[in-house]
Amino acid sequence: MPVHAATTHAADGREIAANGNGRDAPACSACHGAQGEGRPDIAHPRLAGLDSEYLIEQLNAFADGSRDNGTMPPIAKALTPNERQAIAKFYAGLVTPKMEEPQKADDRTIAAGAALAGRGDWSKGLPGCGQCHGAAGQGVGKAFPRLASQSAEYIMSQLKAWKVGKRTNDPLHLMTGISSKLSDDQIAAVAAYYASLPVAAVAAAKPQGSKP
Amino acid sequence: MSEHQPDLRTWIAGVVFLGLAGFIGYKLPSFDTSNKAEPAIAKPDKPISSNAGENPKLAFSPPGDDEIPKNEFGDAVRLGQRIFHDTQGNAREFVGNSLQCSNCHLDFGRLANAAPLWAAYVAYPAYRVKNEHVNTFEERLQGCFLYSMNGKAPASNDKVLVALESYAYFLAKGAAIGAELPGRGYPKLAKPAKLDYAHGQQVYAAKCALCHGAEGQGQSAANGSVVFPPLWGPRSFNWGAGMGSINNAAGFIKANMPFSRGNTLTDAEAWDVASYMDSQERPQDPRFSGSVVETRKLHHDSPMDMYGQTVNGVVLGQNSPAAGPQP
Repeated sequence: MPVHAATTHAADGREIAANGNGRDAPACSACHGAQGEGRPDIAHPRLAGLDSEYLIEQLNAFADGSRDNGTMPPIAKALTPNERQAIAKFYAGLVTPKMEEPQKADDRTIAAGAALAGRGDWSKGLPGCGQCHGAAGQGVGKAFPRLASQSAEYIMSQLKAWKVGKRTNDPLHLMTGISSKLSDDQIAAVAAYYASLPVAAVAAAKPQGSKP
Repeated sequence: MSEHQPDLRTWIAGVVFLGLAGFIGYKLPSFDTSNKAEPAIAKPDKPISSNAGENPKLAFSPPGDDEIPKNEFGDAVRLGQRIFHDTQGNAREFVGNSLQCSNCHLDFGRLANAAPLWAAYVAYPAYRVKNEHVNTFEERLQGCFLYSMNGKAPASNDKVLVALESYAYFLAKGAAIGAELPGRGYPKLAKPAKLDYAHGQQVYAAKCALCHGAEGQGQSAANGSVVFPPLWGPRSFNWGAGMGSINNAAGFIKANMPFSRGNTLTDAEAWDVASYMDSQERPQDPRFSGSVVETRKLHHDSPMDMYGQTVNGVVLGQNSPAAGPQP
């Protein structure tokens, strides 16, 4: 990943997150929490621990219009490429405890979500979420973001956005295809499952196989 | 688990027939074909088959996990399932690369057109051209470890083989012995007029590299666990594996790739990207005699097999990493 932070005009990710960039971008923390924990009650996503390149790509997508959202486009446009990088790096490095979900899902829903996340539903041609996002939902590279500890409301909102064609910036349209095969119950179940995973579960996940 | 040699014979027979009908030779325009062996002439066993899995409703339906018996046999089935899903974690001593059984046999070996275990189980014992004798199912499993897993074959009756065989037997419950079940192996695509390496490279970059990496190296999660398998290079299957045959790879890719978007590539895309993948260096064939030319003649004498061919000025197999687990 190219790092431009060490230039004379280095942007300070922590500063922008806390106080905005002094121009048209307000503090990220106003909606995403002081430590990137998000606001599960209103579907504002957790940013802590997300891959920095993934975050940069999403900010770029908000700025160039390829990802639609009521709030983010003008904010992303107000951030320079350097500032986007600095913010992304800041959030990627945070290990923040999981915010309590506003509604606790029942065990049966979480178990159904865990089964779908692990094995998928091949009667519909659906792989398990973990087959791309990592067995513990820990995320893989820049294209398959971490799902563990993400807000359930946020995961549901994105799956539904893909399903109805409101979010379309998914590489190879993988999520468009996946979401089109998911029932509303399945969406609720996988969202509840990933929201239920504590931050520590990712670090403790037993590796399957070794590095290639 | 795909038994690829009969398919290969069928393919060669198809080429021969096309040749008789006036088709002028098989051509790989993007390769240096100066070293290309002539295809062996074989009699067709049967006409070129169409995709057996075209009607998924006809596919055999294996029993669910809830039907695994709660007894000693069930324990072996469950162990087999664990080995199949996490071969790295449960049969490590026999594995020399970063693959899992379930990378090529999708949905825990249950999915039609992704070399399902239930279809393979009822197809053995069978004669295989690959080693010129009748193979039991157990020996077929040993071949998977030796070639696809670039590892070591477990000894006959090893716990790992007993568990995998138990799992396959369980999945085949109710299937007719000897039946040619729809969905077995990978679909057989209509033969291409040519294989285009440059087009395959473009397809790879556009539709495969996202997951498998620009150099086919695969991709891991932050904790080191391999999520997307390496497709070539030292941590992938070796030159003796069935997936090294372009026709097998093309069938798998067409039906199952990009993952979750099977049957979205055109046949030409599947063929060309398969030929691109199978034109990259990978661990040596464990049967390597010391001579690439001789090893090609003995084990790779097919237009669907790039071993020993010159691609981008390099003879494939000449600089292969050693076969088998490395210290």
